[in-house]
This record gives sequence, structure tokens and C-alpha cells, in this order.
Amino acid sequence: MQAEIINAMSPDAELFQAYSNRTQSMENRSMQVPRGDRRTVGQATVENPKVRCENVDIFYDLGEKKAINNITLDIGQNEVIAMIGPSGCGKSTFLRSMNRMNDTIEGCRMDGKIFLEGKNIYDKDVDVVPLRAQVGMVFQKPNPFPKSIYDNVAYGPKIHGLVRTKNQTDEIVEHSLIRAGLWEEVKDRLDKPGTGLSGGQQQRLCIARTIAVGPEVILMDEPCSALDPIATAIIEDLMDELRKEYSIVIVTHSMQQASRVSQRTAFFHLGDLIEIGPTEQIFLNPIHQLTQDYITGRFG
Amino acid sequence: MNNSLSPSRTLDIVHKGLKRRVNAERRFRLCGLFAIIFSLVCLSTLFVSIFVNGYTAFFQTHIQLTVFLDPDKIDTPNIMDADFSGMVKQSLRTKFPDVKSRKDKRKLYALVSSGAAYQLMDIVKEYPQKIGSEIQVWVPADDDVDMLMKGHIKRNVKESDRRLNDAQISWIETFEEQGKIRKQFNFTFFTSGDSREPELSGVRGAVSGSFLTLIITLVLSFPIGVATAVYLEEFAPKNRWTDLIEVNINNLAAVPSIVFGLLGLAVFLNFFGLPRSSPMVGGFVLTLMTLPTIIIAGRASLKSVPPSIREAALGIGASKTQMVCHHVLPLAMPGMLTGTIIGMAQALGETAPLLMIGMVAFIVDIPGSITDPSTVLPVQIFLWADSPERAFLEKTSAAIMVLLFFLITMNAAAVILRRKFEKKW
Repeated sequence: MQAEIINAMSPDAELFQAYSNRTQSMENRSMQVPRGDRRTVGQATVENPKVRCENVDIFYDLGEKKAINNITLDIGQNEVIAMIGPSGCGKSTFLRSMNRMNDTIEGCRMDGKIFLEGKNIYDKDVDVVPLRAQVGMVFQKPNPFPKSIYDNVAYGPKIHGLVRTKNQTDEIVEHSLIRAGLWEEVKDRLDKPGTGLSGGQQQRLCIARTIAVGPEVILMDEPCSALDPIATAIIEDLMDELRKEYSIVIVTHSMQQASRVSQRTAFFHLGDLIEIGPTEQIFLNPIHQLTQDYITGRFG
Repeated sequence: MNNSLSPSRTLDIVHKGLKRRVNAERRFRLCGLFAIIFSLVCLSTLFVSIFVNGYTAFFQTHIQLTVFLDPDKIDTPNIMDADFSGMVKQSLRTKFPDVKSRKDKRKLYALVSSGAAYQLMDIVKEYPQKIGSEIQVWVPADDDVDMLMKGHIKRNVKESDRRLNDAQISWIETFEEQGKIRKQFNFTFFTSGDSREPELSGVRGAVSGSFLTLIITLVLSFPIGVATAVYLEEFAPKNRWTDLIEVNINNLAAVPSIVFGLLGLAVFLNFFGLPRSSPMVGGFVLTLMTLPTIIIAGRASLKSVPPSIREAALGIGASKTQMVCHHVLPLAMPGMLTGTIIGMAQALGETAPLLMIGMVAFIVDIPGSITDPSTVLPVQIFLWADSPERAFLEKTSAAIMVLLFFLITMNAAAVILRRKFEKKW
């Protein structure tokens, strides 16, 4: 059932197929870079990046625990970049540093620089409110507000003063819900609570809520981990669609998902960025031994 | 011993222990059931005893008199100066002409409450055209007569053992034969303030005092409590200072209320010179007492708001204040309201701190503003319970009923508010 859907709906189905076939043959091949080497392999920078992360270190518990170790990574324009890696490797922490959501965590400290269109978002004079309007976020668990569907989407534009009249709000709500592929399902019940929707619909509502603000980058923290394959497929299609306007960073535990939706893939391991490269290359010809171990399912 | 567990062996072991487990479960449930039954029995005993003692206070014995409103005795512009109690006495003398001696006359007059004169005055004020005519009027009987009619004073005991002598009882029996004595609903109990005479006293003054005091308490403690809870929970950095504040708030919740009373006496009355016995100062003192309850309940309900809602709001660029005001507070409100109403209910029943600031004084007038001297319901109960008259016993129980009525209403309001504001996520 799952395989059928993937074949039917994913644009990168062939890649996934090829990847599955190759896994076997890769098993015992010796890699260019051995397990012990923790330097980043691959091209971490791109030309004209949307977000540029430079030498990012992140600490928890007032500096006692280092979660992210000297990571440099660029997010390109209009690309989907996937972050994969075993649990606890710092993917989510790194993702959350890009809109400063880590600020809300007690005892979390960050060193290094993250530039959004050339401006360091950790500068003293940067306000997190406009930053988070620019860099939207979708969370692992769908978390609509306990308000109506309409109010869920309209909330962002309202607090940022993007809309003045009821008409403008209606327009932006409709547009966002259409973009999130939810409009047809909810247009007759916009005044019903958003929490009454199914899991997949709730997650699309959260995406609609995020794009209603008009961000430039969307961070997605395992957006499909709580969803069934059908809802997952819908959201993956949506990401491909959204890529035309936004840069998307997605953290995922599903390598199939990474291979289906992303153009570049970054592999994290214990706080280090081990390997970064075009998705196809990462899955078919990983350079680092750890990457190969992970994608062939030897650990993680 | 064989350590490997096969499925059948596991099942054997489980079955062996099953009976013990089921029994333990049953015992546990029975314990809970027993506890509930026990507390229900205690509660109903309390309610029943209060009701049995107090329901008679809602009825008051009245005597019908025929009074001649003597125009010679009433000076029309100055109605207040007229000798109405003389007219009442005159009426009683006319009714029982064979009572001659001074002593007996005094006994006769004692059958009717001193409030009868005020009732006559009210009638004359309202209907001045009745001056010069004879009117039939139901006036409240004295509390001893009331007690006799309600059976609290036995007629068949020795004369020296009861508060009414044989002559008085025979007069009452005359009234009874003519159908001129009856019990009617005791409006006075709800419309008048305290009095030395049980038949003239009521809870209105205490209820107004309690109401004004609670308004002050609510207006002060709710905003301060909510603001404190929100600041400590959402904005304050977690460090030694906030820990210290938290410990102290929890301590305050456990401080005996009389200490707050002494504090109020020292600070509000002696230092600031605010009016003694007033609902304003009472409200201040009760605010001090209620604040910890509201803060603790508020923080607990803020903590229970799921972090995903906060992240969602912050994630689309809401500022911290917007996150709190638009999302966290509405979700925490039911819990906060419940805490507030529980605190208010506690304040409504509080006596000790109010004794210290003079709200225990004997106050007849019904307070009209927050600076008037007044008393509150629990203090009124305390005062009446302390009074020697038998009739105040039932008044005490009746006042407790009024207090319980308000408490139950408030707690019901808490439940309704919580249902109304509760949202699912």
C-alpha cells in the first residue's frame, strides 16, 4: 500500500527505487572517508544563499552540553534541503536556531553567525518578531490554536498588521488555505475549531498558518512523523509546490521522504554535520563511511 | 531454577497471582467508596443539624393589635416625636382591662416587641389620613413569646424555670383563642441589620458588609494575582530570586489568617489611618490572604497550557506578550477563575483577621459604602452564637444557612465558568 502510493505520487520515485536497489551493492564497499573523521564532507556553501550558517555552536544547560559543533551550512534560494541523522544528533536544534526558537529554551546558548540575506539574525539589534515572520516554522506535532480554522490562519497576518479590512483577511485566508491544499476540504466550515480536523488536515492548517504571514524560509521539524502515508504524500507534494516561492528546510527521520522531497541532503551525527550534498549523490554515492552506515540502516 | 519463560509458564504464574491482584483492587476501591460515604454522612449531618436548628428562624410570631392612632399624641409635622410605644401599650391595656398592677402591666407590655412602635410610625408616615382612626396591625411578638410559640419554652414546667410567667401565658392563650397570634414569614431577617432584640435582627447588614468586602477583595486580588502568576511563570528569569519569591508565596498561603488581621491592624488602621471596621480595610486584609491562593492556582493553570501552543504562537512571530494574552491566558483562564472563586469562598468565610480590624463591632446600620462601619456574615454568626438569648440560637443557624447558600452559589459559579471557558486542544 505504502509503496504504491509512493510510486504513484512521488516525483522522485525512481530515485528512491534506484536507491533501494543500490543499498545492497554498497554494503561492503570501502569509503573514501573513514568513520573517525568528523569534518564535513561535501559542498556546504552555495552561491547566493538565502540563509548562511557560519561556525554555529549550540550549547544546552548553560554551556555544559554541546549540541551542535561548528556547523557551516548554506540554504539556497527555492530549494528543499533535508536534514537526516539519528535521534539526538542536533538536527532539530540546528533547525530551531534559524528562527531563534532556541531563545525560548532556558540555558541554551549559541555561538557563530547565521545570516538571513546577509544580515546576522543573532545581532543585538535584531528583533525576533519580524525574524520569525520571515522564517516560518512547522512543528512535528500539529499544533493549531484552539480557535476556528479561519482565526488560525488569520492570526499571523493580524498580529503583524498585514491586513486592515475583513476583505483582505478573507483573501489571505483563502489564498493560504488553497496553497496548503486544504481549501476544498474546509471552505464550508471555516468557523469550526481547527483542533477538530484530522491529523493531516491539522498539519496542513499549520502550514497554511505559516505561509499566511508570507515568510521567505519555512522550517519544518519532522512535519509528517505523526501522519499516515496518504497525508504524508499530500504534504510532500505541497512542499514541492511551495519550493517555487520559499526555501524549505525539513528535518526528517524518513530517508525515503528526504529522497523524495529534497534537492540537497545534510547528514548529521552527534552534533556534527558529516556530509552534505545533492540528495541523489548522498543516497547513491555517499562519501563518508558514517553516511553510508546510516542510509543502509546499519545504525540509527 | 529455570529462568526461561515459555508463554504457558507465564500464563500459569499470572493466573496464580491473579486472585490476589483482583482482591487488592477490590479492597482499594472499597476504601475509596468508604471514604466518600463517610464524608457524605458527615456533610449531611452538618447540613441537617443546621437546617433543623435554623429553619424556624425564617418564621416569626406576630400578634394582631387594635391600635387607636390618637391624634392628640401625634404632632403631624414631627411624626417621629409621637409616643407610638405608648399607643401600643394603650392598645394592650384596652385588650386586657383587668391588668392593674404596675408589675403585671410591665409583663403585659413585654409580650410585644419594641419594634411594634417603629412599625406604627411607618404606617402613620405612609398613611397620615389614618390618624384618629383605629387600625388592626400585626406587630412582631417579643422573642420569648416567639420561643414559646415555637416550643422552645415549655409551658408545663415550673413557673420559675421559664422566662414567661403564668399570667403572660394566659394572655398568649387569649390571643391564640381569638386567632390573633400567628407565625408569618420573617422578612425582617432579610431586610434589617443587627439588633439587641432577636425578633428585630437580620442579616442584611452582614450580607451587605460581606458583599462590599468581597468586591474589594476581588477587584484587588484577581488582577494582582493574575499579573503575578503570569510574570513569574512566563517572563521572570528562573534564578535564586524567583525561587525565593516562590517559596515565600507558598509560605504566605500557610500563614494563619489572624496574622494577616494583625498586619492589617498595624498597617492599614494604625499607620495609614483608614476607617476602622470598614469593608475597605476588610477587603485589603482578605486580599493579602487570598493572593497566594490565586497566584498558586494561576501558576498551576499556566503550567498546564501545552508548550506546543506557545511554540505555535512564537513560531509565526507573535511577541511574548501577544503569545500570553492571545493564547496562554485564555487557555489558563478557567483554572485561574476556579482558583479565584475558591479563594473568594475562603475569604467569605474568614472571621479571624476581621476581628482584628474591628469588624466585630455591634453595628445596626446597613453599610452603604466601603468606608462605613460594617460587619460580615461569619462575624455576625460569631456574634449571635455568643448571645445569651435563646432566639439567637436559631438566628445563628439561619445565618449559617445564608452563608452556605452564598458559598454553594459561588462554587457552582466556579464550575459553570470553568465549563464555559474550557477549550479542548
